[in-house]
Amino acid sequence: MDHTDSARLSLISMWVGFIAFLAAAIMGVYQVLERSGLIPAIESPALYFASVSTHGVLMGFVLTTFLVVGFGYYTATTSLKQPVWNKPLAWFGFYICITGVLMAAVPLLTGQASVLYTFYPPLKAHPAFYIGATLLVAGSWVWCLEMVMMMTIWKRAHPGDTVPLAMYGTTANAIMWFITSLGVTLEAIFQLIPWSLGLIDTVDVGLARTLFSWTLHAIVYFWLFPAYIAMYTLLPKAAGGKLFSDQMGRVAFIMLLVFSIPIGFHHLYMDPFQAAGWKFLHMIGTFMVAVPTLITGFTIIASLEVAGRLRGGKGLFGWIAALPWSNPMVTAAGLGLLMLTLGGFGGMINASYSMNAMVHNTQWVTGHFHLIFAGTTVIMYFAIAYYLWPKMTGRRLYSNTLALTQLWLWFIGMLVLTLPWHYLGIAGQPRRISSTPYDPVLVQQWDASELAMIVGGLILMISALMLVYVLARTHGNSQQEASLAVEYAEPLHPVLRIPPLLNGLAFWTVLVVVYMVASYGYPILQFFLMETHGTVPWSI
Amino acid sequence: MSIDPLRHVCEDPLERKWTWISLILASVMGGVLGFYALASNLHPPSNVETIDSSRLHLSEEFAEDKLGVKTNPDGSLTITMVAARYGFYPPRIEVPVDTPVTLRMASADVLHGVHVPGTNMTTMIVPGYISEVTTTFTRTGEFSLLCNEYCGLGHDQMWSRLSVVEKPGGGG
Repeated sequence: MDHTDSARLSLISMWVGFIAFLAAAIMGVYQVLERSGLIPAIESPALYFASVSTHGVLMGFVLTTFLVVGFGYYTATTSLKQPVWNKPLAWFGFYICITGVLMAAVPLLTGQASVLYTFYPPLKAHPAFYIGATLLVAGSWVWCLEMVMMMTIWKRAHPGDTVPLAMYGTTANAIMWFITSLGVTLEAIFQLIPWSLGLIDTVDVGLARTLFSWTLHAIVYFWLFPAYIAMYTLLPKAAGGKLFSDQMGRVAFIMLLVFSIPIGFHHLYMDPFQAAGWKFLHMIGTFMVAVPTLITGFTIIASLEVAGRLRGGKGLFGWIAALPWSNPMVTAAGLGLLMLTLGGFGGMINASYSMNAMVHNTQWVTGHFHLIFAGTTVIMYFAIAYYLWPKMTGRRLYSNTLALTQLWLWFIGMLVLTLPWHYLGIAGQPRRISSTPYDPVLVQQWDASELAMIVGGLILMISALMLVYVLARTHGNSQQEASLAVEYAEPLHPVLRIPPLLNGLAFWTVLVVVYMVASYGYPILQFFLMETHGTVPWSI
Repeated sequence: MSIDPLRHVCEDPLERKWTWISLILASVMGGVLGFYALASNLHPPSNVETIDSSRLHLSEEFAEDKLGVKTNPDGSLTITMVAARYGFYPPRIEVPVDTPVTLRMASADVLHGVHVPGTNMTTMIVPGYISEVTTTFTRTGEFSLLCNEYCGLGHDQMWSRLSVVEKPGGGG
């Protein structure tokens, strides 16, 4: 079998991600404590913002990139049953990513890059931070190329056959990530790096923010894709059933590819420098990108119902109780879908052209993305790890009970952390603050929620420690895993004939490019047509 | 539904129904927001107007002695403000209740944002550009302008006061 071919690369890659994750979770506890103001001895804006910046980079860039890449290689080799294309190149990409991370880590940890993971020019970080982040992105492009090549080679060797759904989704993600990461890369190469090195004097902040918005929305789908791929292709089998619809999975992946990139202006609703009409256009796309998630919700829940009924569940809800909740994949997906539902409703507010004003840049937003990303997405990363670790190491999972406890703690901790944050946002609390030296009348409504978030942060850190413990102990487990084969779910209706558009991605890639030119062409061009004034660098 | 275009990609009638519901849901959300945007003129602040943030002190509009509340001929107000680390200037403003207010704001240094808890007033303040947002404060009382975008290590300290008072001549 070819699964061992990529096991080492995938395992090491995912370990890098989870170590970054653990460090960031510990920083999270410091942040909630510092922010609450309960322990005066640890009050320090300098340390707080260095920590927040590092937490964001580790969670948003490092955990995600290494997890997506590691899972992608494993998915590609096991679903296509073919080896990694150009393995030295794959490792080269991995080392480029590592170099980038180490390079960015130095200024981050020494407080010279406390500009948050969204960069925020004209605050200036050390050039090594921008160069490191760019290298991390560039290294991940090697993976994008690998995925496209592996799917192409497979299709050539299997003319007329249907590309396995897991690979179809992985390649869609690779193409989407390449296109969407171009925005931030352009910002880094033409603006931030030369400016931080002193080669150019000023940057146009409007242009920088527009370029960043090109990356900023679809990046969350880059993170989310592995979660959806696991739900479509691993979960139904783990639950004891079949995938309700293979084709709708493809439709969902295509819609994510097409609609997630050209809609970044919902991050700029409250910004000047982009006219209202463009913002409205991007809002329409933002609601369209909810459709693949709604489709996914249906297909996944229907697949679970199939499994529950096959296991003897009866009645309207009896099938839910009949599901194998002792399986980490099933538990993670169930809890993940709950958090996705809650977070999705909040997202509708954020996405709204006019309602966004009520929550923009408040703690509500922090609550929203923690619920969807750290909640739904990351809990599925855990499920993927619990499923793949035995396959990759050949040893049985150290403890299923600990794994289940860890998942439940993560879910509880995330609700305790994020529900108060939503309230705080509505009660007017800004995000990204290290203390609350405001009008006491305003601040006193926030106190109870500030306490809750400390409890949430602690629960989450314990859960993070448990995850790393279970995975580390699995390596030393003396019991061998019985089957090393990854069992992908079979569709309920066998795929006999598939429209070529649902078996390839070239057409859709062209469509994204056209859509991107339409929605970002003039908004970027305008900065070169009007007289703008750049901004000099400012230290934090 | 023999002519359902979704039938090519989706075999299950229930799933086709759900997909239509999803599409309609997304369209209705967009439609409702579009309706209010047009019917109530409800838009996010989207002014496209540039300014040299390093020379605000020399500008016609944002020089220190030009800042503050001005009454327009139609009775509405225009408030000109500068955001700079770490404060909003002028630091204390007073406006009458139920009066249309247009805030024009510029940054003298880095990125800032502002919102007033308890109202719908919010905008980003981006160096190089002038932000403009129009609102009406409908309740009297003491409000705060809070900086809501990370602008440096003193970001938390950046806030100022807004008093909404009864209309002169007794409007309430």
